[in-house]
Amino acid sequence: MDFSAPYDRLTRPLVRDGGELRPASWEEALDRAAAGFRRGVQEHGPDSFGMLSCARATNEMNFMAQKFTRVVIGTNNVDSCNRTCHAPSVAGLSAAFGSGGGTSSYAEVEDTDLIVIWGGNPRFAHPIFFQHVLKGVRNGARLFVVDPRRTSTAEWADRWLGLNVGTDIPLAHAIAREILHAGLANETFVQRATSGFEEYRALVEPWTLSAAEAETGVPAEAIRELAHAYARAERAQMCWTLGITEHHNATDNVRALINLALLTGHVGRYGSGLNPLRGQNNVQGGGDMGAIPDRLAGFQDILDARVRSRFEDVWGRPIQGAKGKTLTQMFEAMEESEIRTLYVIGENPVQSEPETHKTTSRLRSLDHLVVQDIFLTRTAELADVVLPASASWCESDGTFTNSERRVQLVRKALDPPEGARDDIEIMCDLATRLGHDWERPAAEDIWNEVRSLSPMHRGMSYARLEEHQGIQWPCFSEDELEPSFLHRRLWAQDPAERGEPAPFGIVGHSPPVDLLDEDFPFRLTTGRRLDDYNTGVQTGGFSSPLRRGELLDLSPEDADKLGVADGEVVRVSSRRGSVLVPVSISDAMRPGLVFMTFHFPHQVDTQLLTIDATDPIAGTAEYKAAAVSIERVTEGAEEPVSVR
Amino acid sequence: MTVLVHLAPPKRLIDATIDGEEVRVPEGTTVLDACAASGTEIPTLCYGDTLTPRNACRVCVVEVEGARTLAPACSRKLEPGMSVNTDSERVRHSRKLVLELLGSSVDLSTTPKVPEWMERYEAEPDRFGPRSEPAPLGERDARRAGEHEAGDGSVAATVEQPPKIDNDLYVRDYSKCIMCYKCVDACGDQWQNSFAIGVAGRGFDARISTEHDAPLTDSACVYCGNCIEVCPTGALSFATEFDMRQAGTWDEEAQTETTTICTYCGVGCNLTLHVQENEIVKVTSPHDNPVTHGNLCIKGRFGFQHVQRRGGGGERGAERGPL
Repeated sequence: MDFSAPYDRLTRPLVRDGGELRPASWEEALDRAAAGFRRGVQEHGPDSFGMLSCARATNEMNFMAQKFTRVVIGTNNVDSCNRTCHAPSVAGLSAAFGSGGGTSSYAEVEDTDLIVIWGGNPRFAHPIFFQHVLKGVRNGARLFVVDPRRTSTAEWADRWLGLNVGTDIPLAHAIAREILHAGLANETFVQRATSGFEEYRALVEPWTLSAAEAETGVPAEAIRELAHAYARAERAQMCWTLGITEHHNATDNVRALINLALLTGHVGRYGSGLNPLRGQNNVQGGGDMGAIPDRLAGFQDILDARVRSRFEDVWGRPIQGAKGKTLTQMFEAMEESEIRTLYVIGENPVQSEPETHKTTSRLRSLDHLVVQDIFLTRTAELADVVLPASASWCESDGTFTNSERRVQLVRKALDPPEGARDDIEIMCDLATRLGHDWERPAAEDIWNEVRSLSPMHRGMSYARLEEHQGIQWPCFSEDELEPSFLHRRLWAQDPAERGEPAPFGIVGHSPPVDLLDEDFPFRLTTGRRLDDYNTGVQTGGFSSPLRRGELLDLSPEDADKLGVADGEVVRVSSRRGSVLVPVSISDAMRPGLVFMTFHFPHQVDTQLLTIDATDPIAGTAEYKAAAVSIERVTEGAEEPVSVR
Repeated sequence: MTVLVHLAPPKRLIDATIDGEEVRVPEGTTVLDACAASGTEIPTLCYGDTLTPRNACRVCVVEVEGARTLAPACSRKLEPGMSVNTDSERVRHSRKLVLELLGSSVDLSTTPKVPEWMERYEAEPDRFGPRSEPAPLGERDARRAGEHEAGDGSVAATVEQPPKIDNDLYVRDYSKCIMCYKCVDACGDQWQNSFAIGVAGRGFDARISTEHDAPLTDSACVYCGNCIEVCPTGALSFATEFDMRQAGTWDEEAQTETTTICTYCGVGCNLTLHVQENEIVKVTSPHDNPVTHGNLCIKGRFGFQHVQRRGGGGERGAERGPL
């Protein structure tokens, strides 16, 4: 069965006429795209424009996209799908330490004594990172996995803590309380390098092991064991993925994990650190380049006038001293007609955002939508102008930044199909039409501009990136390399050198928004499988022997109770929509918990079920926790179609 | 503040002699590494730069003065005062025999450098007589330990059998397998930890096999391709390469190799794209790369086709089905 009909590359620009998209010349398409943006700015001001930049594209493209937004249009409304996954990690880490990257390196995972993987299945979603974990395990590290599902990652663990979805904070707080009561906190580190400890102690005090067991479903003894192992380890790594961040209180979740590292001193040393694993090739870099509404390149605060002035000097145009809208806010603002024009580069929000119907109607309400992509995605189908782009990872030069902050060279290996153009060229042609004469700069020239403006990238010339097979930020000078881990300052004897203490996050438990009840008794959580990826646009192109299409993973106990067999199609309904999907009985699932991916949206549109409750700080949606019901369907309704 | 700098423990330098030349190398250096540094070429087959030496093929053997047996250069470490001869009569004879035994029983047509070595060591694999008929598919896999029937000497025994094609991504052509174990180690505890393949059988009937010779699609295989990455003979190959070789269109001379970064998750694996006529025909990863050490997953290894669907106007090519 053909689960994921692949797309063909876009090779001609398209423009909308009389409601239909028709092929057009590049001249006509660029003119139309520019005219729509110009009209929007003239009639409704620059803040009616929004840019969705691409976490898949190069740092250079993301830098230009935010520059286009800030310089050509004059707004800070720029964001990317970063928002749908790891913005909370960035928000949480910067609130604690002032910068939003993972604090360790892959090599340190091999050299550590304890690895905690919390809310992630890297064996499937980050397989080569997991090879480093396995090296660590083979070198003697203990592995604890915290996840509602007994994943293929959990199969390698010494202990698997199967918690109820959305109870991460109670679990983290109970671990902290146990560490405190056992006298295992690193008191010197807490006293010197942190702030807010007394408040934190009071915050976690109610979370006894038995209270946590009742809330999380994890046996008290297992919580105690993780607490003692983490606190006693000489070196420990805390790693997390979207199980922590795709929640309505995601930033709080991240803070709760960071708190554990602060309590035990497992940060700022070789082998001890905090690692959010990034889900897309350049999610880290997109944010680092300033393609986010509140930061300029190199993580510099948009609210700081001195920072802005350095950029303004180079760019010759004032930058607004206020935060722009996040992706989530932009979508909400479409409803109020505050956002009128949108430039989408390489993103597919129709299929990647929760609540598909709402997203579609919001995009339809725009005055002007320009989509630049390599495929005619569902989002592109709604556009007024579609611009065929090149695939950045193999058809352009530039850099990506990975989960360990390593900036690496991307090199052009293929010519794009005839008719498609490089993202940066397209953007420059639009800028020129909008009165900014941007000659198409080479990737290296753009990178050198980044280096001139972002101190943490300054030492990374292309030549050095080549020589060292990538360099981790920060890299302040061309003469040296910094240590592979961040925040060593926290261990300094001298208070001046130690700098700003890292605050404990005072975060409370907030259960998932979509409540379970008699009508919707099952907890649906979502994630990735090994061989497929996101909405399937890329992975649909190859024939994977492992691919089985969309499935509902269900525990054997629940399958018995419902009387459904493996492979049987069932109706899964949430308060928002319902889909038909075949069942896969899996002992990785605990009773009451079911799992789906969102890899096959034209077979089964999982996002009809998910909820768009979002994290108020970072704007990430709660993909990980929907309440659903499961019903058997009668014969003759096997064809899996999505209905509402 | 005291800055902690993590250095490897200091290594003593030792003096030894290779082919009469004095060498000074850090303690722990293998004969092979020392030779590579000094420009002395030693043939290798089972040695893998990302794997622990298995010492299976014996083509890299050297003579250590005073030692009873020849030593594999890939795993033998130099010791102070050791004198090594890499091209003595004994060494040449041993390498010749290894090449003749392999050459008589295995298809080495896609193993790099073999013709050059055969000539250098004057190997004559044909002297054991014409090759016996290839075994039918599955016959070798059914052979049980202790039931091997020795031939009558009229023909050279062979491991030849038809290629195994049971999925769209890999081909396993065990006619080309020299039993170096590298695929087993890459799949097992040295890298991938999937344990989809192992060694079955004994003696000349030994072969690489999935559990009970199940098709790859019924095995623990996750299609990472890390076995293919280390295969020295082309016994394991990507379907693209296999098909192009069959069609006579595989042309390494015409290929470019460009290292870029994978477009999937945020780990940042380095991919080397082998491109022929603007089509990606193979994906490998640099073995010295700190992120991958030459390993990839199914998405990085095979998830490139989407950029090459250049035919249409951007719509979903449903009628064409998956490639």
